[in-house]
Amino acid sequence: MTETLVSFEDVLASYEPAMGLEVHVELNTVSKMFCGCPTEFGAEPNTQVCPTCLGLPGAMPAVNRKAVESAIRIGLALNCQIAEWCRFARKNYFYPDMPKNFQTSQYDEPICFEGYMDVEVDGETFRVEIERAHMEEDTGKSLHVGGATGRIHGADHSLVDYNRAGIPLIEIVTKPILGTGDKAPLVAKAYVAQLRDLIVALGVSDARMDQGSIRADVNLSLSPKGTGTLGTRTETKNVNSLRSVERAVRYEMSRHAAVLDSGRTILQETRHWHEDTGVTTSGREKSDAEDYRYFPEPDLVPIAPTRAWVEELRATLPENPTQKRARLQAEWGFSDLEMRDTVGAGAMLIVEETIAAGASPQAARKWWLGEMARRANEAGVEVGELGVTPVDVARVQVLVDEGKLNDKLARQVFDGLLAGEGTPDEIVAARGLGIVSDDGALSAAVDNAIAANPDVADKIREGKVAAAGALIGAVMKEMRGQADAARVRELVLEKLQ
Amino acid sequence: MSIIRRTAAEIADALATGETTSVEVTRAHLDRIAEVDGAVHAFLHVDAEGALEQAAASDARRAAGAPLHALDGVPIAVKDVLATEGLPTTCGSKILEGWIPPYDATVVRKLRAAGLPILGKTNMDEFAMGSSTEHSAYGPTHNPWDLDRIPGGSGGGSAAAVASFEAPLALGTDTGGSIRQPGAVTGTVGVKPTYGGVSRYGLVALANSLDQVGPVTRTVLDSALLHELVGGHDPLDSTSIDQPLPSLVDAARRGATGDLTGVRVGVITELSGDGWQPGVMTRFQESVELLVKAGAEVVEVSCPTFVHALATYYLILPAEASSNLAKFDAMRYGLRVWPEGRPDASAEEVMRATRDAGFGDEVKRRIILGTYALSSGYYDAYYGQAQKVRTLISRDFEAAFAKADVLVSPTAPTTAFKLGEKLDDPLSMYLNDLATIPANLAGVPGISVPSGLADEDGLPAGFQILAPALADDRLYRVGAALEAALTDQWGGPLLDRAPELNGDVR
Repeated sequence: MTETLVSFEDVLASYEPAMGLEVHVELNTVSKMFCGCPTEFGAEPNTQVCPTCLGLPGAMPAVNRKAVESAIRIGLALNCQIAEWCRFARKNYFYPDMPKNFQTSQYDEPICFEGYMDVEVDGETFRVEIERAHMEEDTGKSLHVGGATGRIHGADHSLVDYNRAGIPLIEIVTKPILGTGDKAPLVAKAYVAQLRDLIVALGVSDARMDQGSIRADVNLSLSPKGTGTLGTRTETKNVNSLRSVERAVRYEMSRHAAVLDSGRTILQETRHWHEDTGVTTSGREKSDAEDYRYFPEPDLVPIAPTRAWVEELRATLPENPTQKRARLQAEWGFSDLEMRDTVGAGAMLIVEETIAAGASPQAARKWWLGEMARRANEAGVEVGELGVTPVDVARVQVLVDEGKLNDKLARQVFDGLLAGEGTPDEIVAARGLGIVSDDGALSAAVDNAIAANPDVADKIREGKVAAAGALIGAVMKEMRGQADAARVRELVLEKLQ
Repeated sequence: MSIIRRTAAEIADALATGETTSVEVTRAHLDRIAEVDGAVHAFLHVDAEGALEQAAASDARRAAGAPLHALDGVPIAVKDVLATEGLPTTCGSKILEGWIPPYDATVVRKLRAAGLPILGKTNMDEFAMGSSTEHSAYGPTHNPWDLDRIPGGSGGGSAAAVASFEAPLALGTDTGGSIRQPGAVTGTVGVKPTYGGVSRYGLVALANSLDQVGPVTRTVLDSALLHELVGGHDPLDSTSIDQPLPSLVDAARRGATGDLTGVRVGVITELSGDGWQPGVMTRFQESVELLVKAGAEVVEVSCPTFVHALATYYLILPAEASSNLAKFDAMRYGLRVWPEGRPDASAEEVMRATRDAGFGDEVKRRIILGTYALSSGYYDAYYGQAQKVRTLISRDFEAAFAKADVLVSPTAPTTAFKLGEKLDDPLSMYLNDLATIPANLAGVPGISVPSGLADEDGLPAGFQILAPALADDRLYRVGAALEAALTDQWGGPLLDRAPELNGDVR
């Protein structure tokens, strides 16, 4: 079914958006949340399992201390309170990829609560209040086989991989984010981007949205302008890239407005985000009547982090994002606008890494916000997900600085990188992209150009040096761009003056 | 005397002196099982081959002068609710028929590490829900004292195995009395240790906050030996206590000398009166008098909230059980039932059909109760309220233990009732556990010791002793003293008076 949509401007004319973001962070602990199984991504299905994470009768959980430590560090970095005493709870519901048919999670006693994070959009700061960050275990992963879409409907059978079951997750839940108006989609994206950067800086997760190690659920509702009452919300799941966070908010705002404008009501439900088509579709209806029958997990003792431990962990925190941004801007000599664009593109960390790998700040910014951003946009992904690494970009820039590549050739190297043809040096060699500055080859090409353009040559002989461009262009064309343009110019002028 | 009538401690001595071998002892018990278990039905699975192999290995170790433990070579039976690698584990339920765990429960691992041959798995009420073993999906166990009567439950299989000399030792589990009440009605000894004293890893949970693994034996000393072997901290069970217990075997030996001077014994007022079988009460009173003769000081203590224990228990237990039993969904192990006429059934339909066919009525009853008690809107009124009462019961215990070192009561209100007598009356069935449930709610340890035969029916009655958490040694001291005094009075073990069992009774 195609949804009717209202243009973004029209939405804002009549409604105020309220958002809530739930971000799941898969921790990079060596072992799972409640057992000793390894957590490595991409192993053969059902090879990283034991009685506990398979939910075999009689098996019991035991808490991974490292996961608790990571949860506390995330909480502290988000300016949260750390509970002096908290418990795990069982969230009961049936699903084939849930080994116990309950998820061991936290309910009314989360380990971290009441924090905030400030994010900046177009020079304006928004405070996103954090309601809670709690620990839980991941479920297994269902693979639906035989259907057209990989979804359960139409599939002829399903396979379940329990390697993921029991991987520690931290779920970070915001309070309703209000008053963002037309900036709502960008605030949502900036929040997730900054949260991701924070997670990277804390070193507690691989933080790969494309591999699902950070997953965002976007809650959205609209209220008629000026009324201040929250509308009915929808929860959009599977929003697995920064770009999608922005697009999903924008899409749901337009869809909600269309429904409300037509006098219908928003159904409180879970919706699925489709990365390819950029729309959400209805999932299961999620009424308040859904009852998970939470109760404290009787197989685990309460967790009571000592204040000394919490302070020890506080001392290990990386600098906060605002401070870090200011420091990097000063170090890199970026203007406010340059810095804002870099942060806005979700490229601050990747630029930082590129500079660390040897590129100049301006060069790093130029490639990531120019060429890479364009290609990412074409591919519909984030720059960080292109498959080109900061080390690659730094190496290309070194080759340019050494005169071995020009910008045009560098772009061809990026083509090669995206096609997976190897390192920049391997691609230059394999594709024959090195700049020719050998006078023998260049001289012959210049002679050919002069012979082919006698009228241009005459103008130069008459002293019109500006005309040299046409001959240089002809040489570059003959050399397929791989000539040292400065040397060609010198040769042209030598031969005609 | 036939080797099977000896206690575990006596068998251990006979093995140590070379009077017998583990293979001989194990074979004698397997022969006994073959002879009488057709009538008793204490076992769901007998592993003759495995037990004899383990026995031979034990004999080899002993010949080499390297036994692993005092009980090395003494065979044991294990309740079917404990995971045993390579041996079926059904929990008395059809839904786990054919499931062979790929791992051992921690207590089973300890048995194997100490060299005890495992004879087999014992019968039980389905998922340990019941007081008569009649709720086993594989048919009831019969009381060796009268085959028409129940052996108690849920661990009727373990108690009957020990009472009928099919095994010198057994492991049971006690959630509301499932070790102690079968002990009482079969004339055997059963101990529920302090909550957290024995690892629950590999015990298929009925109610996690109440369950505890414990010994089922014919003497107090044997229980102490087995308790010390299986007890202790286990990193796989985070509710297990990381703290050493006082020696239980020493306490049992000390108690057997018969001196209880200075021990304060509190008789719980609330656990007597109307509804308590006169013969059971008479044996109880006599036992109390024997304790006084041994030098104990007796006081009356009141635990007023104990009258709410049963109601509290029947909210907490089903709530936890309803969640625990959700994992039985036909997806990964056990029974899978395809709904009739639905070749392309969804996972959800298969789950429903399997759970409908695989669970018995009592299990379904408690899943429904527990699901209801945890439902939003009812949680505070039921589960939440029950947890508060539980705290009050713990406080009653604390106050009582300020006045007495141990508390005592009859273990069960009656002797063994007839098979089928209470099957249609769950409430009356639940009342059997009236005296045993408070200990589980508070996490304190308890023992049941035979107190004699009730005059009206000639069937065994039990004497329950309760101690503060971590003071399990007191159970053994007082229990052994009572056992010594009664054995003296009877002129031999109570079980000598049980009728001869004959393999072809039925």
